[in-house]
Amino acid sequence: MKVVIPVESRSLEAPVCPSFGRTPFFALVDTDGGTHEFLDNEAAASQGGAGIKAAQALADCGAAALITCRCGENAAQVLNAAGVKMFKAQDGSVNDNIAALKDGKLSLLTEIHPGHHNHGGK
Amino acid sequence: MRIAVLSGKGGTGKTFVSVNLACAAEQSVYADYDVEEPNGHLFLNPERTVKAPVTVMVPEVDMGQCIRCRRCVDFCKYNALALVQDKVLVFYEVCHSCGGCALFCPAKAIAEKERAIGSIEEGESGNVTVLTGCLNTGEASGIPIIKGLMDKLPKDGDIMIDCPPGSACVAMESIRAADYCVLVAEPTLFGVHNLSMVYDLAKLFKKPFGVVLNKCLPEENPAERFCVEHQIRVLARIPYDEELGRLNSKGRIAAREDKRYRALFERLLEALRKEAVS
Amino acid sequence: MKQLLILSGKGGTGKTTVASALIALSRSRAFADCDVDAPNLHLVVSRMSEPEKADYHGFGKAMIDPSKCVRCGQCEENCRFEAIRDFTVGEFECEGCGVCVEICPAQAIAMRDHVSGELMLYRDDQSVFSTAQLRMGSGASGKLVTAVKKQLAQEACDAELAIIDGSPGIGCPVIASIAGVDMALIVAEPTISGMHDMKRMIDTAQHFGVRCAVCVNKYDVNLANTEEIEEYCDSFQIPVVGRIPFDKTVVQAVNRCQSIADYPDSPAGKAILSIWKNININFIG
Repeated sequence: MKVVIPVESRSLEAPVCPSFGRTPFFALVDTDGGTHEFLDNEAAASQGGAGIKAAQALADCGAAALITCRCGENAAQVLNAAGVKMFKAQDGSVNDNIAALKDGKLSLLTEIHPGHHNHGGK
Repeated sequence: MRIAVLSGKGGTGKTFVSVNLACAAEQSVYADYDVEEPNGHLFLNPERTVKAPVTVMVPEVDMGQCIRCRRCVDFCKYNALALVQDKVLVFYEVCHSCGGCALFCPAKAIAEKERAIGSIEEGESGNVTVLTGCLNTGEASGIPIIKGLMDKLPKDGDIMIDCPPGSACVAMESIRAADYCVLVAEPTLFGVHNLSMVYDLAKLFKKPFGVVLNKCLPEENPAERFCVEHQIRVLARIPYDEELGRLNSKGRIAAREDKRYRALFERLLEALRKEAVS
Repeated sequence: MKQLLILSGKGGTGKTTVASALIALSRSRAFADCDVDAPNLHLVVSRMSEPEKADYHGFGKAMIDPSKCVRCGQCEENCRFEAIRDFTVGEFECEGCGVCVEICPAQAIAMRDHVSGELMLYRDDQSVFSTAQLRMGSGASGKLVTAVKKQLAQEACDAELAIIDGSPGIGCPVIASIAGVDMALIVAEPTISGMHDMKRMIDTAQHFGVRCAVCVNKYDVNLANTEEIEEYCDSFQIPVVGRIPFDKTVVQAVNRCQSIADYPDSPAGKAILSIWKNININFIG
């Protein structure tokens, strides 16, 4: 299945990015085929609603699961509607987390925060 | 005349000055534009109040008409729309009510509906008509409420506008319609630093302005020094008064309870009338 | 990195006074001023070198190219923010929605990057201080607040505790500063206005799921109100971590660009030390 993880740089050894909506990249890993690619996160430059835009992009690319440190409520709404399962990331790299997912060691992400709401909006 | 009372820094005495000025006039309107934390009504205790919601327009998508083209999702600068599993989701709190999605939908599937973000309350307190704007908690922007308050101001008469702190967009919006700006400053380094910001704001908007020095202590006053350096007219000096602080803490209005303060604010009002005329 | 945010709702209650003292007492190596509209913290923290500055771009703003403009007026007609007059876009009114850009039949309007403030980073071998100044009349304060916090997280990632001076009010800059903090310390004053605003602040913080504690500043101005505040907090199970008396030493300290922690024998100095100890033992540890 396709698993997505926010990452600081284009490397599977890089740490998971603590932000979801404003991460610079997403690692898109196909756990069955063993292939992977990196997506630029265009939502990072948004003035607001970055989580929503990032979640939309993930829904569009057919991700089945997301491993992340945190997720805001608006983004979570999009991801839930798209049927993307959300897992809580552990300390470590993308590879560490993929391995943990395969071993069934990751728990579902249950704490959804209310969002950063930095849309300014005057 | 329309007087906007601002300060840059919170807690310097905007509400104190604007409420007391309103009370010192024969008949006046007091408008509370600090919609995130309105305080004037706590002192004025208006009666016969009428409250009306302030609404903004948000999109409503008719999925029956929607052709899933995503034009709305891609257009929205605030990412307030998403298309997932064949359904358009709308996120109201990030919507800026620009109307773009409804305007550009090729299938005319988007209508706009009203959504309440706060309220305006109107009431009477003796000689003062009280207008209070209030933003609901969790909402980001009070600008639509300030615009609503603006529409309710009478054309003539004495109007005291209690502005929000700072000099960002909400403060700017508040002084737009003012004839004169009263800048309230406290005698601290913080006070001066923030006075200079609203000084810049008043100049930018080419509004005539003057300063009221509040909570003055016998020691040297950095805010007064600033006024001297920039040749800004000082309209009044209100000394720091513990008794006034206590009165204030109980929500009492000095001009209505203490002859000295009534006289002080009547004098200030006179000075403002002279300023507004010249 | 644990984050402690100082908030109040009402302005002038003593956020910066308390924040600067806690920064000194905790020997925090990471601190920030999120009151980007009217930043004051830099005036009272220990002198640091010149900051690194960076332009901050908020929303893009629309600009009309007069050479292409056919003066049809559709832009003005469709602008919800009344930002267009005489075929010119007002810098302060424009909210960057892009409707005019899209609707212009002559493609005469484009979005331009707009500098709406300045990010600043002070650094020495002891600590990192992140702050910003929003340009007058700008919006996008929430986004700038997020930038201030992000800058702090990036530059001071090995610090244990970050102390953040918040902004007054309950709107977007406050909401943006609340995200991801471990605890909000609400500074309350025992006045009718102060109590009213404290309640709205608590409401906002709880709406966003943040753990709160309260301290009462200038408590002796009105003891009855102070007790009312403490009862209110009790009923909502919000811990009251201390009371600070009104003390003229605070004004002196501010005007000398110092925090009240530099006056440990003053009544306010003693009270804030006790508050810090309380927070440190019960909440940070």
